Amino acid sequence: MNPSKWLFFLGCTVPYRGVSYEISARRVLTKLEVGLVEMPEFNCCGLPLDPVSHEAMMILAATNLAIAEQQGLNILTLCPGCAGTLKKVNKTLKEDKLQKDKINNHLIAAGLTYNGTIEIKHLLEFLKEDVGIEKIKAAITHPLTNLKVAEHNGCHILRPKKFISFDDPEDPQTLKALIKVTGADCLDYIDETQCCGAPSVGVSDTIALQLVRDKLNHIKIVGAQALITICPSCHIMYDTNELRVEKNFSESYGIPILHYPQLLGLAMGLTPQELAFDELRVNAGKITQQPAMQTAQKTTSNC
Amino acid sequence: MINAQSLSIRERHLKKLAHRGAIQIGEITVMTEVSIFNQGKKQPIKASEIDPTFKYELQKIPGAEKILRCFQCGTCTSDCPIARFSDTYRPRTLIHMAQLGLKDRVLNSDTLWLCAACFTCTDRCPQNIDVDSVIRVFRNLAVEKGCIPQMFCDQAQNIVETGYAYKMPQTRIKKRESQSLPPLPKGNTEALKKLLKGIKFFERVQPIQKPQGENQNEP
Repeated sequence: MNPSKWLFFLGCTVPYRGVSYEISARRVLTKLEVGLVEMPEFNCCGLPLDPVSHEAMMILAATNLAIAEQQGLNILTLCPGCAGTLKKVNKTLKEDKLQKDKINNHLIAAGLTYNGTIEIKHLLEFLKEDVGIEKIKAAITHPLTNLKVAEHNGCHILRPKKFISFDDPEDPQTLKALIKVTGADCLDYIDETQCCGAPSVGVSDTIALQLVRDKLNHIKIVGAQALITICPSCHIMYDTNELRVEKNFSESYGIPILHYPQLLGLAMGLTPQELAFDELRVNAGKITQQPAMQTAQKTTSNC
Repeated sequence: MINAQSLSIRERHLKKLAHRGAIQIGEITVMTEVSIFNQGKKQPIKASEIDPTFKYELQKIPGAEKILRCFQCGTCTSDCPIARFSDTYRPRTLIHMAQLGLKDRVLNSDTLWLCAACFTCTDRCPQNIDVDSVIRVFRNLAVEKGCIPQMFCDQAQNIVETGYAYKMPQTRIKKRESQSLPPLPKGNTEALKKLLKGIKFFERVQPIQKPQGENQNEP
């Protein structure tokens, strides 16, 4: 096992509609000297197959775990859905030998074996536990002191707690701590842990839109200048639907939705261009044109 | 048959939703068309639709083992973000219907597919029932009966054909180069097909077509 290198499990949603998340995360991880290894081949983590066939989900997840084991690397993901699914299956198979043997019998067809030797971490957990708050603090060159933001953890990063235990699902603190490191103020608001509604969007976008509206209203009341997410699906929900909600419900927000690495990147002195701010639907000009940001851009362009 | 009393309750409920800005504004309409009780009409339960063995069948399926522990406290429904804005999706009701043996009503229910899998119910259930897993078991059984919303079908189809849950547009794949991103890893669909054949996936899950042709490796 090589502890300094991580297998970068991209997932489906990130390359499909969350490229700004990927670009900014890669930039930030490079700055923090994290070595990433690309997947040799890719299959979905299995989560979207769970409603169709639980067994198929288990097999897909186990396939990915077995491939990572072959490489002798732990998995790092940007998507909490992938992280949650892989962790859940990893834990289940580690604890249940009968299940493990059953899955391994199926994996033979693809020439793979699951042994249970690796672990899976989401970016958030990785930044907290493996990089460490201190190291991140040391990399901050342009603290975002005048910025007030709200966080949205999403569901799969925290729940179910019997499989994912790194933070309190009822009062999560990791993302807040990581936001505070950037110098920005992280605001408390109503229903912080409420779901974004993304998985139900294909069945009823009415309900999903109302959940988006609820969240945006709650963060608007406390005066948040941006919403920080760590999940590609949550980001899509808020970023792409904010304008729709404004139009359909006669609301007005103008609150940009940022991926956490974009916020961290700004504080590290990376430019909005380098962090793919141009991929965002809701204009984040209000944030990037703050005095601190302008100095950052000037310094970088002088280099 | 809708009686006068239930109609007025329904109307009041719709007004409440309208007050929240939920009804027919622009392209948005309140979703009242789906109901676990057959499209909004409350139909009395007939003895002939009860399958008394259903709950025991469920108890044997991983994830739904603890379904008989439910004492209808309603924690799942009151904590559910979807139930908050839906007038039909109620996890407690689905579990109660399953306990009563209303197999067809549960498995044919459209609302089954509204669950966002946020796991709040699972974390908060005082009886430690994996509510999300119970809903997932219902869905898996519904799929085997041929009931599956298009979105779930499409995603499964995409995974089988490309390894990815979405059809990755070629423009997206090409743009990665200009964004200095490494190329997208290709899906190993050959291995995937073999693995899914091994669990008789394509026989059991009829709506998902077996991938055909050789050009299935493009992500």
